[in-house]
Amino acid sequence: MKFGIVTFPGSNCDHDSYHVVKHVLGHEACFLWHKQEDFSGVDCVVLPGGFSYGDYLRCGAIARFSPIMDAVVRFANSGGYVVGICNGFQVLTEAGLLPGALLQNRDLKFICEDTTLLVANGHTPWTVLCPETIMAPIAHHEGCYFADDDTLGRLEGEGRVVFRYASRAGEEAAEANPNGAVNNIAGIINERGNVLGMMPHPERNGDTELGDGSGAWVFRSIIHSFEAQA
Amino acid sequence: MTDRLRVPPVSPRPGDPQVDDAAVREHGLTTDEFARVCDSLGRAPTWTELGVFSVMWSEHCSYKTSRKFLKQFPTEGPRVLQGPGENAGVVDVGDGLGICFKMESHNHPSFIEPYQGAATGVGGILRDVFTMNARPIALLNSLRFGSPDHPKTRHLVDGVVAGIAGYGNCIGVPTVAGEVAFHPCYDGNNLVNAMAVGTVSADRIFRGIAAGVGNPVLYVGARTGRDGIHGATMASDSFEEGREGPRPTVQVGDPYTEKLLLEACMELLQKDAVVAIQDMGAAGLTSSSVEMAGRGGTGLLLHVDRVPRRESGMTPYECLLSESQERMLIVAARGREDVVEEVFSKWDLEAVVVGEVTDDGLWTVVENDRTVASIPVGALTDDAPVYDRPRQEPADLAQRHETPDLPAHGDCNEVLLRLLASPNIADKRWVYRQYDHMVRVGTLVKPGAADAAVIGLPGTSKAIAVCVDGNSVHVKMDPFEGAQGVIAEACRNVACTGAEPLGATDCLNFGNPERPEVMWEFERAVAGLAEGLRQVEVPIVSGNVSFYNETGSQSIHPTPTVGIVGLIEDRAHAVGLGLPESGQLVLLGSPRPVLGATAYARCIHDVEQGMPPRVQWDDERALLRTLRAGVARGLIRAAHDVSEGGLAVALAEMALAGGRTREVGSGLGCSVQLPAYPEAEARELLLFGETHGCAWVVVDEEDASDLLALSQELGCPARVAGSVGGDELCVADAHGTPVVQLPIERVRDAWEHGFSKAVGVPAPPPRP
Repeated sequence: MKFGIVTFPGSNCDHDSYHVVKHVLGHEACFLWHKQEDFSGVDCVVLPGGFSYGDYLRCGAIARFSPIMDAVVRFANSGGYVVGICNGFQVLTEAGLLPGALLQNRDLKFICEDTTLLVANGHTPWTVLCPETIMAPIAHHEGCYFADDDTLGRLEGEGRVVFRYASRAGEEAAEANPNGAVNNIAGIINERGNVLGMMPHPERNGDTELGDGSGAWVFRSIIHSFEAQA
Repeated sequence: MTDRLRVPPVSPRPGDPQVDDAAVREHGLTTDEFARVCDSLGRAPTWTELGVFSVMWSEHCSYKTSRKFLKQFPTEGPRVLQGPGENAGVVDVGDGLGICFKMESHNHPSFIEPYQGAATGVGGILRDVFTMNARPIALLNSLRFGSPDHPKTRHLVDGVVAGIAGYGNCIGVPTVAGEVAFHPCYDGNNLVNAMAVGTVSADRIFRGIAAGVGNPVLYVGARTGRDGIHGATMASDSFEEGREGPRPTVQVGDPYTEKLLLEACMELLQKDAVVAIQDMGAAGLTSSSVEMAGRGGTGLLLHVDRVPRRESGMTPYECLLSESQERMLIVAARGREDVVEEVFSKWDLEAVVVGEVTDDGLWTVVENDRTVASIPVGALTDDAPVYDRPRQEPADLAQRHETPDLPAHGDCNEVLLRLLASPNIADKRWVYRQYDHMVRVGTLVKPGAADAAVIGLPGTSKAIAVCVDGNSVHVKMDPFEGAQGVIAEACRNVACTGAEPLGATDCLNFGNPERPEVMWEFERAVAGLAEGLRQVEVPIVSGNVSFYNETGSQSIHPTPTVGIVGLIEDRAHAVGLGLPESGQLVLLGSPRPVLGATAYARCIHDVEQGMPPRVQWDDERALLRTLRAGVARGLIRAAHDVSEGGLAVALAEMALAGGRTREVGSGLGCSVQLPAYPEAEARELLLFGETHGCAWVVVDEEDASDLLALSQELGCPARVAGSVGGDELCVADAHGTPVVQLPIERVRDAWEHGFSKAVGVPAPPPRP
């Protein structure tokens, strides 16, 4: 399987995703430059974390207009796998590939910390191999997921909330919500399930040197789903 | 002085102010210095030249006061690939890899505008590292603020921490370690020292040495504005009400542009197009071009009208002295300008040829073909004034040394809780939670979980351990002993993770050097640092000096801070400080505690007096060897050195972090017995007294005898003192009588909330 990792100006987790996919999991990976208008031969696109275009104006608001994004939208609409992590999730909501928005954290500060994620739906292409919980650090200032009640109702009703912030014991609890996200939402998918957005960084726990390594299950799941489909 | 160059006449630029006595004074030049300027030019300077001399001869750029003393530092060794004098130093870690690092102060700007001052401090030190072709992999910082009760402190803490976070997080370099301390001596002058660390191919180190007559000089990065003009001069003066002189504005950072600049430079330096490269830091375009020509022994011609600007109507004076951020100066190989332009254009940055290398030894600036400055390069660099300022032992030195008479408090539980809640010792999670400390997936031990950060080196099984340390109270009480102690502690901190210290960088933060007592402190502290570094055979490879940290007549405590880089050959063995689930606690080293000048004396008795603990270097080296060997052989499972707050606080910190090995856990209990100690009534001295040469380590029960044998072989006393277990922190005296007995929950409560209570910021939620 080949991953294409987009480098926007200001992306800074592009190499981290590359490292996990290529060096930890042994799959192919390449970088996609933001000025590219097209790409081919890629099976999964990663929109990485960072501060695309400095996050000026609003996180992800400028990146959505980058030439590569038209190609990413086409790819997603044709069923291609796309994951946005942190800043990438923000870009996906700005681009309209995922509903809702990421607001400033509840306490108005940047937070960098490990979080435990409850896998709220283990039947998606992104979670099919995941255990009940995984660990993934957050590192963001605007990670408080918000959506209107109708959208939330749909997300919840359709099982599209994939990850929720939870206690170490794996229980969804208000105290475990680091940023004020509605319903403890840490990650969601689109209707078709081929697009995932998540604020926590699974690539930062893709290696047992950095933690329990459980973040790698997100990547292993999508590799499994891709290979099962092929 | 070298052979005198013939300096061409330069006529005044129309519209520039007159160079008169008042102008000279406003530029901070003394009458003697101005005479020296005229002598080196063979004429009076123009307005532009006056500004250039003013910044280049400022304390900040010229080191005119400190130069004489800095020569004492050991700067050479088999591991040194680049010593002081370049943008940053480099040490060899094998496998063809060098570690490039430097620490620098940004004290004055951070007091005026804490967010931007701290942010641009981070930006500046990163450029120093990546200009050497090193990929930045870690940031550290050492922060000192006034009393937590002072009305400005909370605002400064909030702004400085947010500024460091704002810059480091955006550019994507993890902020992995540091220190935060409070003392009333910083009420009017906080200290912000930032350190950057990068990796570089040992055979691809770039330097700022202009060479090749006719080679083009390119300006790259952000445009030039009027911000920060005379920043270097400001950093070379005290804060005083109603002081005349140029009023600088603090520079504004743009980490996004710096990220682009970083990537563009990394990409460009892989291609054979660059002869020399230098960051535009303090004194901007002037110092970068002058220093490159100075190192190369060449001249340099600048067309100032070609400098990209973001404001209209800027004069040559303003362009040359601006400290706008995120800019670099490059000497390219002739004919390869297009390579530079191509790479920078890919990253949406400008690259403009603004001059060339010449052979006339002159630094010449022209504006639209009209010369506005022409100065011998040497006059601005090697021939800048050097001072041997008067030094005088402080009148109160005997009093500082006098051992205070401190009555025993009596309740050791309470003393311990108060120490752990004091803001210098309390949990700093409020701070480091705001820093992205994990980006680049190299941070192997999380903040708070070890005495030094441990960063994996990609493509190898090695890691580096890095830390920053200072103890200004110890240095104030006795600069020579105190400064040696700073070196000892910093080396212990990296050794506790299993690393061998390889090199050091320093920031020397002092008061007004025109005060003989401050100069005396400076001389003695530098001598102490140099002595300590020689004792452990660790060279200084980079650093900076910050004088004039004074407001009114209040100088700060002498505050040398030291950053150490150590090497761990096999990172799988690196250890943190938290207690593992089981094991025995061993005390390495012989405590020689003192109570004067300690956290105990300040927090419990409100006294700051007495000799700091003395380093016994034979013992210290034996401890460092034992820690390294014990970790490398897999015997030591956790280690924490004894420093502020003594044996009891060190033990409590291990218990608090207990339960996880590479991050702060939820806490574990332990029980130890103190060694017998000769002095009567010595209970509090032994528990809370500060000493060098000691560390607590944890070893598996079956390995204890091996560790004791190893310690003995390496000459380090070692004694099994107790074991891990339970949910209480228990310390008994040599007779078995309990002296501290506290549930971990209570200890945790004091430690976790101490910082936010003292500083008045909202407490972070409980640890996940």
